[in-house]
Amino acid sequence: MQALTNRAQSVDRKPMNFWDKLYLPAVFKGMAITFGHMFRKKPTIRYPEETRPFSPVFRGLHVLNRDEEGRERCTACGLCAVACPAEAITMEAAERLPGEEGLYREEKYAARYEINMLRCIFCGLCEEACPKDAVYLSETFTPSDYARKTFIYGKNDLLIPDPKTQPAELAKAKGLN
Amino acid sequence: MTLLAFDWIILIEKLILIAIIITVSLVVAMYSTYGERKVAAWMQDRVGPNRAGPFGILQPLADGGKLFFKEEIVPNSANKMLFILGPALAMLTALMTCAVVPWSSSIVLPNGHTVELQIADVNIGILYVFGVVSMGVYGIMIGGWASNNKFSLMAAMRGASQVISYELAMGIALIALLMMSGSLSLKTIVLQQMEGRWNIIYQPLGFLIFFVCAMAECNRAPFDLPEAESELNMGYHQEYSSMKLGLYLFSEYVNMFISSVIMSCLYFGGYDIPFFDEAKHFSPNTAAIIGFLVLMAKAIIFIFVFMWIRWTLPRFRYDQLMKLGWTVLLPLATVNMLATAGFILWRH
Repeated sequence: MQALTNRAQSVDRKPMNFWDKLYLPAVFKGMAITFGHMFRKKPTIRYPEETRPFSPVFRGLHVLNRDEEGRERCTACGLCAVACPAEAITMEAAERLPGEEGLYREEKYAARYEINMLRCIFCGLCEEACPKDAVYLSETFTPSDYARKTFIYGKNDLLIPDPKTQPAELAKAKGLN
Repeated sequence: MTLLAFDWIILIEKLILIAIIITVSLVVAMYSTYGERKVAAWMQDRVGPNRAGPFGILQPLADGGKLFFKEEIVPNSANKMLFILGPALAMLTALMTCAVVPWSSSIVLPNGHTVELQIADVNIGILYVFGVVSMGVYGIMIGGWASNNKFSLMAAMRGASQVISYELAMGIALIALLMMSGSLSLKTIVLQQMEGRWNIIYQPLGFLIFFVCAMAECNRAPFDLPEAESELNMGYHQEYSSMKLGLYLFSEYVNMFISSVIMSCLYFGGYDIPFFDEAKHFSPNTAAIIGFLVLMAKAIIFIFVFMWIRWTLPRFRYDQLMKLGWTVLLPLATVNMLATAGFILWRH
C-alpha cells in the first residue's frame, strides 16, 4: 500500500533482548526526554495579559461607524439584516428632522439598531453588504456577562465614540494608546 | 517526684517536636501538590498553576479551601463508621511514620538541655516504619469496602494485593542493608553512614529495588493501579467528597514525603552533608539546622524523582505489576540479600 506521507515508520517487532527486558534503559531514555521538555519554551499565551496577534481580517464584535464629522453613517437600509444568515440584526428606521444634520449623515437613519451577539456567527456578511461603510467587525471578542439579554447590543453598545467630541475615547477604542 | 518532673519536661519537648514535624510534613505535602502540578506542566510544555498568588504559590491553599467547602456526601448504602474511618486511618498511618525518623542531630538549648531532633529513637525503628506503612493499606481497603461500590472495592483489592506483594521485595532488599548495619535503629544507620560511606555505594541494587517498591507502596504512577481512572472510574476514593477525599489525596503526598525521607536516611546518609564534616566547621546547633535542611533537600530531590517518573511512564497493567513484583523484584532482592550475606561472611 502506498503511504500517505513519507513520515510512516515500520514498527520494530523483534523479540526483546536482555536490555529491553530490563526496561531500565528505556525508562531512563524516557526520563531524559521529559527532563529535556522541562526547559523548553512554553507555547502558552497567558490570555488576559497577553493576546494572540490577529490577522488584519479578524472578525470580532460589530461597531457602527461614524464619519469624520461624527455623524452616524447608517441609513437603516436593512441590507445587513437581509444578508445576515443568522438573522441576528434588527432595526427600525426614522427620518432625519431639520436640525439633526450634525447627527446623521443621510436623511434616513436607524432609530433602533440591535445585534444579538448570541445569534451572530461572525461571518462578516453584514460588513460586506453595507453600502455606507457603517457596520464593521472589530477586533474585540469574548464578551462576558451574567445575563443573556445583555448580549443584545443596541446602538449605545455599537456606536464608536464621536471623533469630534470624544477623540480620547476613540483613540482608546482603536487601541492607539 | 524528680522522676515525675523529668517526665513532664520530656513530654512537652516531644509534644512540641511532634507538632513541628507534623506541620512540616503537612506543609511539604501541601506544596508537593503544587510541585506536582508544576512539574507535570513543565514536562508537558505547559505553564502550570499561576493564578493564585505570585507564580501560583497560593494554589494549595485555594485547593484546600475548595475541598473544605464541598458538600459532605456519605452514600446511603455505605457503612458510615468505616466510611469515615478510612480516610482518617490513611492520614494517621501516613503521619505516624515520621516518629522514628532522625530529622537531624541534637540541638542544645541555652540552659544546657539537649533536644534530640527525633521523636523516638526506638531500636526497631525501621521495623516500626514497615508495620505502620503496611497498616496504611487498611485506609484504602476500609475506604473501598465501606463505599459499597464495586469499582471502589476492586481498587481497594488491587491496592491491598499490590502493597502486600511489594512489601516482600522491599523487606528483603532492606534485610541486606540491615545485615551490613547490624541495627534496626534509623539513628544508628544514619550515624554509621556519617562515619563511613553512604549505603547507596554498597547497596545500589538494594536501593533500586527499595525505590521501586516504595513507589508501589505509595501508590504512585506507574504503580497507581488503585486509582486507575480509565478502568475503575476513580478508584477507591470514588464515593468520597469534600475533605475526606482531601485526606486521601493528601495522605498520598505525606506518604511520598515520608518514604523520600526514609530512603534518604537508609541509603543517602540522612542529614549527612556529602564530602564535608559539619561537626568540625559549625557549632552543634548550626550543624543540626544545616543537617535538617540537607535532609529536606534530599527528600525534595526524591519527591521530584517520584513526580518525574509519574509524568514519564505509563501505568502498568495489573498482571504486569504482579509479574514484576513476584518474578523479578522478589528473586532479585533475594539474590542481593544472599550476595550481601556471603560477602559479609567472607570478610569476617
